[in-house]
Amino acid sequence: MTTPLLEISGVSKRFGANLANDDISLDLAKGEIVALLGENGAGKTTLMSILFGHYVPDAGTVSIDGAALPAGKPRAAIRAGIGMVHQHFALAPNLTVLENVMTGIEPLWAFASRTARARAKLEALSARFGLKVDPDARLGDLSVGEQQRVEILKALYNDTRILVLDEPTAVLTRTEAEHLFTTLKGMARQGLSLIFISHKLDEVMATADRIVVLRGGRKVAERRASETSKAELAELMVGRTVTRPVRAPSTPGAIVLEAAAVTLRLDGVDRLKAVDFRLSAGEVLGIIGVSGNGQAELARLLSGTARPSSGDLLLFGKPMGDPGVAGLVASGIGRVPEDRNKEGAIGDMAVWENAVLERLPRFSRHGLVDRKAGMAFAQEIIARFDVRGGGPATRIRLLSGGNMQKLILGRNLIDRPHILIAAQPARGLDEGAVASVHERILEARKAGTAVLLISEDLEEVMALADRIQAIVGGRLSPPVSAELADARMLGLMMAGEWSAETGAAHAS
Amino acid sequence: MRLERREHRPLALVIATPVVAVLAALALSGILIALAGAPVLEAYRRILIGAFGSRLSTTETLTRAAPLMLTGLAAAVAFRARLWNIGAEGQLYLGAITVAAASSHLLGGLPSAVQIPLLLILGAMAGMVLLILPLWLRLRFQVDEVVTTLLLNFVALLFVSMLIDTVLKDPTAFGWPQSQSVADAAMLPKLLARSRLHIGILIAMALAVIIHLVQSRTVFGLQSRAAGLNPAGAVFAGVPLGATLVKVACISGGLAGLAGAVEVMGVKSYVTTDLSPGYGYSGIVVAMLAGLHPLGVVLAALFTAIMFVGADGMSRSMGIPSYIADVTVALSLLTMLVALFFTQYRIRR
Repeated sequence: MTTPLLEISGVSKRFGANLANDDISLDLAKGEIVALLGENGAGKTTLMSILFGHYVPDAGTVSIDGAALPAGKPRAAIRAGIGMVHQHFALAPNLTVLENVMTGIEPLWAFASRTARARAKLEALSARFGLKVDPDARLGDLSVGEQQRVEILKALYNDTRILVLDEPTAVLTRTEAEHLFTTLKGMARQGLSLIFISHKLDEVMATADRIVVLRGGRKVAERRASETSKAELAELMVGRTVTRPVRAPSTPGAIVLEAAAVTLRLDGVDRLKAVDFRLSAGEVLGIIGVSGNGQAELARLLSGTARPSSGDLLLFGKPMGDPGVAGLVASGIGRVPEDRNKEGAIGDMAVWENAVLERLPRFSRHGLVDRKAGMAFAQEIIARFDVRGGGPATRIRLLSGGNMQKLILGRNLIDRPHILIAAQPARGLDEGAVASVHERILEARKAGTAVLLISEDLEEVMALADRIQAIVGGRLSPPVSAELADARMLGLMMAGEWSAETGAAHAS
Repeated sequence: MRLERREHRPLALVIATPVVAVLAALALSGILIALAGAPVLEAYRRILIGAFGSRLSTTETLTRAAPLMLTGLAAAVAFRARLWNIGAEGQLYLGAITVAAASSHLLGGLPSAVQIPLLLILGAMAGMVLLILPLWLRLRFQVDEVVTTLLLNFVALLFVSMLIDTVLKDPTAFGWPQSQSVADAAMLPKLLARSRLHIGILIAMALAVIIHLVQSRTVFGLQSRAAGLNPAGAVFAGVPLGATLVKVACISGGLAGLAGAVEVMGVKSYVTTDLSPGYGYSGIVVAMLAGLHPLGVVLAALFTAIMFVGADGMSRSMGIPSYIADVTVALSLLTMLVALFFTQYRIRR
């Protein structure tokens, strides 16, 4: 066997008490795609930051073609042909594609920028790898998928031989993601070596030649994609068998929430266009769709932070009116926001403060906050919903995403709400936390709560929802019952293709 | 060497931070004193003597501390809610001129027990008005209040300057631009006879305690903190963002206006354009030094007053420019920012 192109051997890195990488070794051959699989916090990104010279390892080396790279020197890594595509793009929205690619690559003191040459090179790269972009488009005008293409081109620009992609599909729609995988495989065929970081089993199985599984900072396994299965990988990644729960049959109760021709107009644009849905006690209604099609607006409407411009919203059979957040919460509506860090929690406030903030009327008297009752409430949530990593007085920022989400779910579910509005409740969580969130939602359903589940995760919706509606461009499809739905049909619905023949007639 | 984010901030560290920052600032300004050719320790001894050496200097230091506490509180309250009120100076002047005008033209005949509270309220309201306007612009049109409040300082000062040269001009002031004096009944009671020390400092300290209780115990306190830390999260949790900020602005502007009222009614009795040696701006430093904590503001204001009054004394006796006080206070703000950084991070190898 020839020397591998890239060899990482015995890398360890400690942050405080946390051993982020523990003696990890990894090699990569020319034209190979290696997936780095692991849950959040398994050490994937740390390892890649060491490879790229952002961090200095406490022990171990990185070699390219058998020659060790100096530690902590990103420039050396770039010169050796390593390119990195970050999860959060490092691009300037007000510059053109070409300018973005050239930024940081041109020497600062060059007399004139060599635009023509750069353009030719960019176009050559773009043609070679099938990454279509318009060099003169303003970056801010591009879709997220296109922006990622720019980020990849930028990473390839320096005669890159090894391309590292950090959770590349986190920001992409399903179609964009599939397109990306095709592109990546094409790149590998042309001799590029790729490392691809992910915690999604499907993608890893579909794309990689070889899969390296990290858990808790250690390399726990290495498998050829052809010789493993999703089940095995899941178990290796989590360290135990995790099964996501699936709903049991049930009979829904009375209709508790109903929208009839509801339109929401914001800043002169119709974000929701005459949507209809009915939600009954004890059922989960899944709203599926690619992010940005009106989900956020639908959630705002039902969370009390926006009002319909026209149409009727009936709560327990009566017009909802304008109850505001406090009114909604008081009438038994629980809300799980799409973005837990931005909306769901106030990071620098204590766990107990986050638990009571949206129900202050209950935890205050004469304008004074009842701290004792609030602490007790938080303690109860922590105990009943298995929130780990801190007590009521801990700043919530210090909890992991999964535990933060358990607290957010807990503060809503602990009082047995009539309705739960859950927007992307498992987004970004690792496998164990996803299972626990799903379990809680199904528990609530069993207890009679009506759940509106807004999600773009097909698997999640098919496992939890009794009925499914797709949201596309602010419109809602008619509901289909989950028994009749399959991935293909839902895919069509998410693309806006619905009619009587998609099975809508069978629902409700 | 690496920096790591601390997960917990021990209380002792939080308290030690400003102390270490101030000591570091004093050590750094010591270099300047040494460069000016004076013995450093002696200079600091003189500053202490200048601030506390006699009954006169002690009362003078405390008199100086009162408006600094009020403007410091004004900044601390606003900054906590991420309302960047840089306009305390203008609010102070507007409070001052309102008090002078009201007492000399309208309320001068009223007895102290009625007139003083009335004037204090009026002065505070004037400050509120000057902050509500920029807040409205922010809420309605997303205008950055840093710019508007800062620029309104100049507008307010010129407005006051116009008034004291025209309609409110004191005819007995030999042509100096100076407002008419407030009535004798409007003067705040003295804390000590034969000194300038008035009850303003007690008002300021009481307000610090009240604000601390409001911030830590009330629904409004919790909501305004949430609004400052994460506006989107606060809105989702049902915090009325606009109303909360309006209340915060009323408190902040009111405190700054009150600083002006207290300064007129306690010390000067009339308004000139040099009524405040930058109390409004120093209030920002005081608030930052205090880590935006209302009780810390009391101590930070005392420190700042000691430096200013003490440096005057030192400058007289040692021939070092009293600007050293400005340098020390400014340095202490810088060292405080550095120290705050280290309360959040720790160094590892």
